[in-house]
Amino acid sequence: MGLAEVYFKYQTGCFMATYSTNEFKSGLKVMIDGYPGAIVENEFVKPGKGQAFNRVKIRNLKTGRIIERTFKSGDTIEAADVVDAEMQYLYNDGEFWHFMNSETFEQLGADAAAIGDNTKWLKEQDVCIVTLWNGVPINVEPPHTVTLKIVETDPGLKGDTSGGGGKPATLETGAVVRVPLFVQSGETIKVNTRTGEYISRV
Amino acid sequence: MKSDASGDWRPSATLEVLKLRARMLERIRAFFSARDVLEVDTPALSSAATPDPALASLVTRYTGPGAPHGQALYLHTSPEFPMKRLLAAGSGSIYQICKVFRNGEAGRSHNPEFTMLEWYRVEMDHHRLMDEVADLVLHTLAGQPALQPPEKLSYREIFERRVGIDPHTATASDCAQAARAHGVAIPADLFEHHDVAIWRDLLLSHLIEPNLGQGRLTFVHDYPASQASLAQIRPGHPPLAERFELYLNGMELANGFHELADVAEQRTRFERQLHARITSKLPPVPLDQRLLAALTQGLPDCSGVALGIDRLVMLAAGARTIQDVVTFPIERA
Repeated sequence: MGLAEVYFKYQTGCFMATYSTNEFKSGLKVMIDGYPGAIVENEFVKPGKGQAFNRVKIRNLKTGRIIERTFKSGDTIEAADVVDAEMQYLYNDGEFWHFMNSETFEQLGADAAAIGDNTKWLKEQDVCIVTLWNGVPINVEPPHTVTLKIVETDPGLKGDTSGGGGKPATLETGAVVRVPLFVQSGETIKVNTRTGEYISRV
Repeated sequence: MKSDASGDWRPSATLEVLKLRARMLERIRAFFSARDVLEVDTPALSSAATPDPALASLVTRYTGPGAPHGQALYLHTSPEFPMKRLLAAGSGSIYQICKVFRNGEAGRSHNPEFTMLEWYRVEMDHHRLMDEVADLVLHTLAGQPALQPPEKLSYREIFERRVGIDPHTATASDCAQAARAHGVAIPADLFEHHDVAIWRDLLLSHLIEPNLGQGRLTFVHDYPASQASLAQIRPGHPPLAERFELYLNGMELANGFHELADVAEQRTRFERQLHARITSKLPPVPLDQRLLAALTQGLPDCSGVALGIDRLVMLAAGARTIQDVVTFPIERA
């Protein structure tokens, strides 16, 4: 492809960045079935005297589903313009969840599809990882652990300090987690957002 | 390549594995010494290269006495051609343990340079050589891991058993259908390929190979004539290549031939392969005229086999990757 052709394709929006199978490695962001994915595993297979293939596992960046795909070695695949940005959660206006890049102060709104279930972990000023595809948020990862206030839980039995058993507690963001019986309404607790489990009182 | 201070100056294999590797090489040499097979050492650099489109040679340049303007030299992908020249010169049965080089091959069971054991047995056909390969592998593994008795299966049998097609008569679309039926995620552009060889390789590498040689040495033989490489072709319906491969626990370990001695046929195959390289836009390579001259002189009836030492060590050590059994893989070279 000559320079003029590159320029023409760029101007007309037909230009696509691509990766060859030799560039495959875990973490690489590629387009798969029209949606961005990240390579999780790349295996080179080749019969001694035959065609080489790359057997690849790709994680769909929205659904998290792993897809398996085989490519003929040397083939190319479309690159996905995907970046992970650290952004501070600001507020929700009823339709969009607004985030700010703490370095550039640029603000973006993520829709309900991008937030998914994670809305229950979002607390103002917490720093999240926002995945942007062509500049648009497609996924939001809350911090691994968040500190949230309990707004409602049954008064537990006095003297129970074992942490066994437990009871449900509703947090300020609406999330419901199991907490030990000694933890009370109004207290602030630390929660693992990946497992949804109580870690400790703060 | 990488500049992070992650300790990648260190070997990727443990000392324990390196000791195992050294013991295995000792056993291999003892095996051949007891059978009166001569150890030889042929050059890694050659003015010619294999035209096989499935193999990519690394190329370097020599400049100096005899080559004032520089001369391209190819690193061998196997020591086959010079070893056959030795055979034609009357060496008798010979073996070699050497590094070989293949461009484009890196992964869990591939490193672009790897250690190969190659040997030739005069007046042996490929079936007798398969038996000797089994003896050597069992001798070298020394009971680690414990294995069932070896088996021999034809190329047709392994396809019929696993994917239910006859590889000698199946069309590209039969293969495509079988691949889809077994859940292989096929790249879109493969649909455009009507070359049945690619489809057979897809089925072989994805569905068949991983199940071959489970707990035993499995020899696959009687390949399609189109995959004869440097093996003799036995006339028949269909004609079959007197070629074999050895698998253990799903891994390809060795590839052998009842060697082609007919110089006219060898020249034709070279030219066909060279043509295939050009149509596939692969770089052309100089053909080995000295090999052809040796075949004209006369290659004794013989069979030869190449065995990947690193993979054999992987199996003995229970290692998952080739990086676990070599000192410094390409990432650390």
